[in-house]
Amino acid sequence: MYRYDEFDHGFVSQRTEQFKDQVRRRMAGELSEDEFKPLRLMNGLYLQLHAYMLRVAIPYGTLNGRQMRKLAHIARTYDKGYGHFTTRQNIQFNWPKLEDTPAILEELAEVEMHAIQTSGNCIRNVTADHFAGAAADEIADPRPYAEILRQWSSLHPEFSFLPRKFKIAITGAPHDRAAVQVHDIGLQLTRNEAGEVGFTVFVGGGLGRTPMIGRKVRDFLPEEDLLAYSEAILRVYNLYGRRDNKYKARIKILVHKTGLEELKSDIEAEFERIRHGVLRLPEEEVRRIEAYFAPPPLEVLPETSTRVEARRASDPAFAHFLKHNLNPHRVSGHTSVTLSMKPIGGIPGDASDDQMDKIAELAERFGHDEIRISHEQNVILPHVKLDDLSALYDEAAVAGFAEGNSGLITDIIACPGMDYCALATARSIPVAQRISERFGTPERQAEIGELKIKISGCINACGHHHVGHIGILGLEKKGEEFYQVTLGGSANENASIGEIVGRGFSSEEVVDAIEKLVDTYLDLRTNGDETFLDAYRRVGEQPFKEALYGTG
Amino acid sequence: MQVITANRLLDGEVVWLGLNDEWVESVSDARVFDGKEAVAEGWALGTAAEKDQKVVSVYEMAVIEEDGQLVPVRLREKIRAAGPTTHPELGKQAQAVSA
Repeated sequence: MYRYDEFDHGFVSQRTEQFKDQVRRRMAGELSEDEFKPLRLMNGLYLQLHAYMLRVAIPYGTLNGRQMRKLAHIARTYDKGYGHFTTRQNIQFNWPKLEDTPAILEELAEVEMHAIQTSGNCIRNVTADHFAGAAADEIADPRPYAEILRQWSSLHPEFSFLPRKFKIAITGAPHDRAAVQVHDIGLQLTRNEAGEVGFTVFVGGGLGRTPMIGRKVRDFLPEEDLLAYSEAILRVYNLYGRRDNKYKARIKILVHKTGLEELKSDIEAEFERIRHGVLRLPEEEVRRIEAYFAPPPLEVLPETSTRVEARRASDPAFAHFLKHNLNPHRVSGHTSVTLSMKPIGGIPGDASDDQMDKIAELAERFGHDEIRISHEQNVILPHVKLDDLSALYDEAAVAGFAEGNSGLITDIIACPGMDYCALATARSIPVAQRISERFGTPERQAEIGELKIKISGCINACGHHHVGHIGILGLEKKGEEFYQVTLGGSANENASIGEIVGRGFSSEEVVDAIEKLVDTYLDLRTNGDETFLDAYRRVGEQPFKEALYGTG
Repeated sequence: MQVITANRLLDGEVVWLGLNDEWVESVSDARVFDGKEAVAEGWALGTAAEKDQKVVSVYEMAVIEEDGQLVPVRLREKIRAAGPTTHPELGKQAQAVSA
């Protein structure tokens, strides 16, 4: 993985020192809250419902055991013993004290981590496919490009005060696991006819109060043009994006209002102007960065492990885990393992300090010291030998993250909601917990098959409800929590925005409503291979509507 | 009935304006401001405390009296006054049990 050079170390420690002084000045009364707020936000420090919240960047969701142990240490020492993995592959601590944050940032800097640009109207942490560098279907590892974008976008002077926040995601495989089409810029690695690697570029995707799927602006952008083209997009946005209304300030609104063709020609014109300048990526620099992400040496082994197969037949829980939580690896005899941060009835994405330590230990022992955080709020060990699965599973089960539910109905994305968030209008986590309990038996989950439920506690859509196969949006109505249900959303290469199925449900009703939807699907699917989303796309909303509201 | 609430600057703890201009950690100890003028006075005290580096994010919120205790009206404020409903062992609700 990427290692900081002298410049990176200097940059992060300088920033930590600056923040330390800013906190000192705030506590001494030299800075007012109005002056301090933008400074703390630039360092990932929010004020939430109960306390401050610190959001730490995990660039493209990649970290190692040492870094995970540091996160455990921070949770234990400065917080209340846990952290929360987010849909942007970051981690949030919910209870830090303002006076402790400089020390936390110093500790993070020791392991090459920080909280820069995890908030504010700038280019946020670049996210990537969590199976990057390991997946069998990958064209190329997207992380070197994510790292190049990170270096370019960190404290970019021109793009530190954009009209609004800006999110970039990149995937290296045709099957999009990084939700690139719902990002401000989405990049999908591809090859042209000559076999060269480049990017299909999408612009203007996003969720929030105005959900939109990104529009394709380039079928094939050559590798060397990555930064120049990204800069051209950002410049057009920075120039024309609205600053008078924050609800209309994202690039998706600009794309929608201006029209794709006009905006594309603006981007292309700017690109033409700068493409031969300093932003042209030298090939040797790409290869240099790529070397940081060189895969660990993996021995080619038999495609199946006799040890694993013997246990599969006799241990149903282990069999469920194998069936759902493994992703095909490009090297025979290996796999990428999803450690589920969605125990039945648990809080999606939460990990205790002890669990974080255990993940670090398992990564070091079984996974070449590599860890990924997925935007679906799980933890991945990307390079695991099939022969080690049994031992890994046993230890993960004891630690509470071996539920075999990846991609199933209990693998729910949920934002922190009104249990933590100052913006929320309803709770998300308790709804996720109740759904998880309702459908939590292994047999029921397996029968239902792939079904992505995503829950947001307000219209800002941090829980990605618009792209849930079933989406749930928590609102407030007459002082009560109230949940609106959408159907048919998807964040993969066939992305779609879910449609509201009808009037919403009270907190008491919402889990029953989800069960009716699931039962309706089970009744009408053509066979066990037709997923909920496929069935919905085939039959439309009517049968689901009838199940919820009757025929009248 | 309104009370004035904020977060303590140093540790972010949720607090309410109590008697004698003290910031208290329990909503039941909050000073009630009834009527427009009283609320304006509460706001003035809150804003002054903000300027004085004691608290941040001052706002007013509605309460009612239940069994002799002040209770927030809105669910958001109820959760804020107690702690995450998903973690009964954390936040003010935990301190209330251990006290």
